[in-house]
Amino acid sequence: MKLNKMSLHRKRSMLGFFFIGPWLIGIIFFYMSPLIQSIKFSFSKMQIQSEGYSLLPVGLENFRTALFVDATFNRIITSSVWEMILSVPMILFFSLFSATLLNQKFRGRTLSRAIFFLPVILASNAIASAEQSGLISLIGSATYVEEMQGATSSYNVTSIVYMLLDIGIPLSFADYIVTAILQIYNIITSSGVQILIFLAALQSVPSSMYEVAKMEGATSYESFWKITFPMVSPLILTNIIYTIIDSFSGSPITNLIYSTAFETQNYGLSAAMSWIYTLVVTIFLAIVGVVLAKRIHYN
Amino acid sequence: MSKENTDERYYRNQRILQKVFDLLYVAFRSLLITGISFIILYPILQKIAVAFKDKVDIYNPTIYMVPVNFTWENITLAMGILDYFPMLGKTLVFVIVTTLCTVASCALAGYGFARFNFPGNGILFGLVIITILVPTTTLMLPYYLHFKNFDVFGIIEMFTGKSGVNLLNSYWPSVITSATAIGLKAGLFIYIFRQFFKGLPKEIEEASLIDGAGGIQTFFRIMLPNAIPPIITVVLFCFVWQYNDTFYTTLFMNGMELMSLKVATLPSQANQFIPTLMGYSASSAFKADQNHVAMIIDTGILLAILPLLALYLVVQRYFVESIERSGIVG
Repeated sequence: MKLNKMSLHRKRSMLGFFFIGPWLIGIIFFYMSPLIQSIKFSFSKMQIQSEGYSLLPVGLENFRTALFVDATFNRIITSSVWEMILSVPMILFFSLFSATLLNQKFRGRTLSRAIFFLPVILASNAIASAEQSGLISLIGSATYVEEMQGATSSYNVTSIVYMLLDIGIPLSFADYIVTAILQIYNIITSSGVQILIFLAALQSVPSSMYEVAKMEGATSYESFWKITFPMVSPLILTNIIYTIIDSFSGSPITNLIYSTAFETQNYGLSAAMSWIYTLVVTIFLAIVGVVLAKRIHYN
Repeated sequence: MSKENTDERYYRNQRILQKVFDLLYVAFRSLLITGISFIILYPILQKIAVAFKDKVDIYNPTIYMVPVNFTWENITLAMGILDYFPMLGKTLVFVIVTTLCTVASCALAGYGFARFNFPGNGILFGLVIITILVPTTTLMLPYYLHFKNFDVFGIIEMFTGKSGVNLLNSYWPSVITSATAIGLKAGLFIYIFRQFFKGLPKEIEEASLIDGAGGIQTFFRIMLPNAIPPIITVVLFCFVWQYNDTFYTTLFMNGMELMSLKVATLPSQANQFIPTLMGYSASSAFKADQNHVAMIIDTGILLAILPLLALYLVVQRYFVESIERSGIVG
């Protein structure tokens, strides 16, 4: 018997392949091959024929079109990435803040936790698009609805801006805070999972640490920055990555890629666009990873 | 005045000050939590209010939230447009099947990556991370073509002479991708399982191996029963995300009756069908009142999230606990 001659180590590693088997099949046939195909598409012009399609290699033409010819792509990708850069800190701050709140002991904690995680199950593109087109049909103008969503709140912010400027906060930062206030609904509804992750991290901090800190006379402010924050810092990177991949679905850039492929039937251009987007996101993630890697405390 | 007296007074003052601060903090915290909860709940409360509101009340400016004239009409109309119960049944079948496939394949893969030192373990796990990070839009088009002419190694072409099978507008594309752990956010689920299995003590497995159980038996009889927390987490997330997903459903199953698709197209459907459902013939000039249409849309959205809300009410306790124990925190 050949099987018996295999060393235990060999056997174990074969068993490992058995366990990852389904995934291995999936990654080869349903991930790597579409991935390679997609790269091929981005370098060629695709023509749909009655039986299948034909590819005409055009080199970097599609990338050139996306970046220099297409009227909207540059604008949309900049605004998408910019929005991502702005919203990630807001969501992180809010979710850490909420997790700290929900980790304290008070009456009605279970209920408020249940409410805070509700956005996890309600965050749906289908509902969002239904609400938007419902609004369009109600008001009768798509551009007006878009403008309305730009300024979701009718709350007057000028007083806050003046107040912040009086305290001595620079204008750009005051602007950022005001944006955060106006987008509070979006921030709250997109930070459900992040709160969950931070809360789980907070629960894993041993309470003896806080007891020692209290005995040594640390205030709760100090013990937050000296104990809580370092202990949950590894999860900050996880949450940033989660926030970013969460923003993939339903962002304007995704819609543009979709409509380029299936409405204007320019498949090559669509593939090129999505690769540019992937590249930008990867670079962004790499920068975040490098910056955070040195500052994170691993225990 | 003696020194003890001043000391006592000082401490008493301090204690009172502390109490006041504590009270202020509690008040502030309650206010904050109530406020945020209100922001989250407001759209749902509003939709519930709208669902029972009669048409008569639309133009009554004195009404805030709670309607004066209650009616079931909105719900009946929205159910009629959505074809609610048959569609909900189909959606649930679809979501449950894909969820089960995803959990099974991701648990296997997570265990494989956590416990076996086969060659290339690190590189292959790197691929898992790549599947998490690359936006799915990149693969949209090849996916579409792939499942339009579905064929593995040209086997089907060999037997039937046709170039592949068209699997679009069926459950198969989603079932296949989820059974092979490539579907919706599967990378994340593999990651969760791997982190959890890595955290379990190795001794459990070794004991079962020494007692004569094979590797597969060990997994099913020892490891899986221990892995309840991550299984609950993954089942919940997978269920909810599949239910709400529009990306894969618009790509693969555009013509099928699924909740997320139906809800997304609800506004246009509502405009079209409300006159018919209200008893006017399709050719008549009657046009539905836009405010009424908006009410029906809100009711439809409420009906769509109702199953999720019901599920959430039952399982939300496990939700938090299982996430704490499932080792995302690692």
